Amino acid sequence: MSDEEFPLLSELKKGPWPSFVKEIEKTAEKKPEMKDLLKQLERSYEDKITYWKHGGIVSVKGYGGGVIGRYSFLAKECPGVAEFHTMRVNQPAGWFYTSDALRTICDIWEKYGSGLTNMHGSTGDIILLGTTTQNLQPCFNELAKNGWDLGGSGSALRTPSACVGPARCEFALIDTLELCYDLTITYQDELHRPMWPYKFKFKIAGCPNDCVAAKARSDFAIVGTWKDEIKINQEEVKKYAEAGVDIKTQVVDNCPTKCIEYDEEKKELKIDNSNCVRCMHCINVLPKALKPGDERGAVILMGGKAPILEGPVMGWVVVPFIKAEKPFDEIKELAEAVWDFWDENGKFRERLAELIERVGMMRFLEAIGVEPDPRMIKEPRANPFYFWREEDLKERTNPWEIWRRAESE
Amino acid sequence: MASEPVEEYISDIGPPHYEKFLPPVIKNNYGKWAYHEVLKPGVLVHVAESGDKIYTVRVGSPRLLSIYTIRELCDIADKYCDGYLRFTSRNNIEFLLTDESKIDPLIEEVEKLGFPVGGTWDATKAKYALSNIVHTQGWIHCHTPAIDASGPVKALMDALFDHFKNMDLPGLCRISLACCLNMCGAVHASDISLVGIHRTPPMVDDDVVRRTCELPSTVAGCPTGALRPDMKNKTIKVDKEKCMYCGNCYTMCPGMPLFDPENGGVAILAGGKLSDARSPARLSKVVVPYLPNNPPRWPEVVDTVKAILEAWAAEAKPHERIAEWIDRIGWEKFFEKTGIEFKVQLIDDFRQPRHTFRTTTQFRW
Ligand code: HEM
Ligand code: HEM
Ligand code: SF4
Ligand code: SF4
Ligand code: SF4
Ligand code: SF4
Repeated sequence: MSDEEFPLLSELKKGPWPSFVKEIEKTAEKKPEMKDLLKQLERSYEDKITYWKHGGIVSVKGYGGGVIGRYSFLAKECPGVAEFHTMRVNQPAGWFYTSDALRTICDIWEKYGSGLTNMHGSTGDIILLGTTTQNLQPCFNELAKNGWDLGGSGSALRTPSACVGPARCEFALIDTLELCYDLTITYQDELHRPMWPYKFKFKIAGCPNDCVAAKARSDFAIVGTWKDEIKINQEEVKKYAEAGVDIKTQVVDNCPTKCIEYDEEKKELKIDNSNCVRCMHCINVLPKALKPGDERGAVILMGGKAPILEGPVMGWVVVPFIKAEKPFDEIKELAEAVWDFWDENGKFRERLAELIERVGMMRFLEAIGVEPDPRMIKEPRANPFYFWREEDLKERTNPWEIWRRAESE
Repeated sequence: MASEPVEEYISDIGPPHYEKFLPPVIKNNYGKWAYHEVLKPGVLVHVAESGDKIYTVRVGSPRLLSIYTIRELCDIADKYCDGYLRFTSRNNIEFLLTDESKIDPLIEEVEKLGFPVGGTWDATKAKYALSNIVHTQGWIHCHTPAIDASGPVKALMDALFDHFKNMDLPGLCRISLACCLNMCGAVHASDISLVGIHRTPPMVDDDVVRRTCELPSTVAGCPTGALRPDMKNKTIKVDKEKCMYCGNCYTMCPGMPLFDPENGGVAILAGGKLSDARSPARLSKVVVPYLPNNPPRWPEVVDTVKAILEAWAAEAKPHERIAEWIDRIGWEKFFEKTGIEFKVQLIDDFRQPRHTFRTTTQFRW
């Protein structure tokens, strides 16, 4: 590809970070129609506007999602990308692959698509970027024959994703990969056939470090935690100290609740576990010496979402502690209770957070059968404008009756 | 034709089980990792209770990958890793090895391909590298972007490259970019977020609205009540005073695009975090209301991000993230130290701004 042809894009071939422009060029070397993607993109760079049209509903037999339909405004000038649909392929939990598995996907995408991918989309799927309407079904069939399926899109369950978890992280407090796989398989129908007011996301993080951004981007975030005491290996504490780790400033001074103490002389740590908020900091810094306790489970935070429509939301704690062991019945029952409530009360294009705000957290908790707990709030409300129900109250007396009785006495 | 056997239609099988792709050393030590160490920037070793070890080489990626590059990465995985590799939540590639002696040759080969090794952090030593920037589609594929996605990210990572390669930052710093307010990928809780914004109301094309839009749901979808149905002409009217350019109407109705090449641009947010380590997770706050959309290398955006990052890196205590640095020094000093001008748009006037107004006389000067 000559750089004179695409002067703006060629600026993005310079510099040390790997260039996406070179990746597109690589596909164009093998697939001449992909030169039209460069052409269209160069036009976008010149004119500072997208040339992709709004929407276009395309899918594969039996599914209502998994494909993002895309048509070009420059169909005449760039016929190679006139139709340029994306297929979302459900990633394996934790994004582990063998080279054989990846090659299978590459071969299928070479045959039926542009040869361009996102590894991965921000929900977690493998994004196969760009194919024609005609190729969607045969591409899907071949993916399915090789054990791959599409992910979610539209007003459906979106592809769940999870951090690397117990596969390669000593901090994992729950089996993120198995939970992710199990939820994905259990809810295939919800994933492939949009039938809700809007999208719904599960994200699973093994510990409060939240390496998959579960709290911010899922309606139902599952984050590992523990209840009992942090386990201290004082031998390892000594070794860290002897290796030059400044335990006082690195660990003790950073503890948010000041519940950890260091004895400089004995080189020993002491933790007041009743005041520990399980933030992970000390464990992150001294992984050999400190381990989370054994009474493990998950926090469920609900409502996390981006700003559209009513502003961004960081997930709200709805269940401070839930068991997260196979077959994960407690978590599934909770999710299904949420969906029942959402089905009945949710408005079109209303995310869970907005629904909860509209109907009130109190009513929501009642509907899904969750008991109140101070761990759900930062602080109690500063107004007494709550809604009492009849069953909270004694039988009502009418003040007029009292006054009139008094007057007539 | 008629005699061709009807193949069974396969669907709803879900993803392959992850276990098929785990290296044997992971299968054997699943859930039994004791600790990890950072051997050098980009290289981790995880040690299991059994004493088994797995080495990880982390490699930066533009996320947009051709199958030809993926095959080259597979060749490397075959040569050094028995074919095992994974991707991270921030679109990095991780090669998984059991033979320590193969690490350096692997690094040499993958860097020859043009892919940098780095993006790791050593919490014990309080040395952190910058990880990859998570981002969205932009002009490559989406119909609503106010800016491109891959382009600004490439320009930024070029400028911040040394921080990816070297663990020279005091704490974790997550940068994310979304090309419109839909924020696919949820960038709203990052240390530094870049968001494409429109600044002018939708341009209604009555004809397209008539042909393609459902009026009531489009009108109902506007969060500020800026839309009115014009039943007589079967179209929609926009109250320009009320519009905050969110683009939701365009998502609902192709007849009302917001695009405006000279007015669209970038907002910069800072001080979000997701981990609960030390201080609680929180949303990012807007610190620059608008920067121009300036392809191909977005110099204003790159300079501003660098200014924030370098001011923080120079001053932060070990482990302190941008949010925590601001907690310590105060917002007034944040603007002073980064050289960012405090603009009136940063004072919230949307739904519930009262929580953001200061109610104490405690200031820093
Ligand atoms: C020290 C042990 C830790 C391990 C082994 C670990 C593991 C990981 C891994 C494997 C990733 C994906 C890496 C990448 O994409 O570059 C990741 C990402 C991440 N980690 Fe950790 N992590 C650790 C500690 C932390 C800490 C201490 C924090 C926060 C204070 C944290 C917050 C994050 C975040 C925010 C992401 C990116 C999530 C996203 O936005 O996609 N992690 N971590
Ligand atoms: C009202 C809100 C949203 C709307 C209308 C919306 C719309 C879209 C559209 C039209 C695309 C297609 C881009 C393309 O052509 O490939 C897209 C891509 C995507 N969106 Fe969203 N989006 C919204 C919010 C989100 C959020 C909050 C997330 C994730 C937390 C998300 C995750 C994704 C993912 C994973 C993709 C695929 C490609 C990528 O990674 O960039 N979306 N979205
Ligand atoms: S969220 Fe916790 S368990 Fe999961 S990868 Fe991050 S540090 Fe490990
Ligand atoms: S986990 Fe956090 S709160 Fe608990 S002792 Fe460690 S640093 Fe302190
Ligand atoms: S952030 Fe907006 S423009 Fe970017 S991919 Fe998502 S919907 Fe499209
Ligand atoms: S851009 Fe948003 S605020 Fe403006 S008219 Fe459309 S929906 Fe309403």
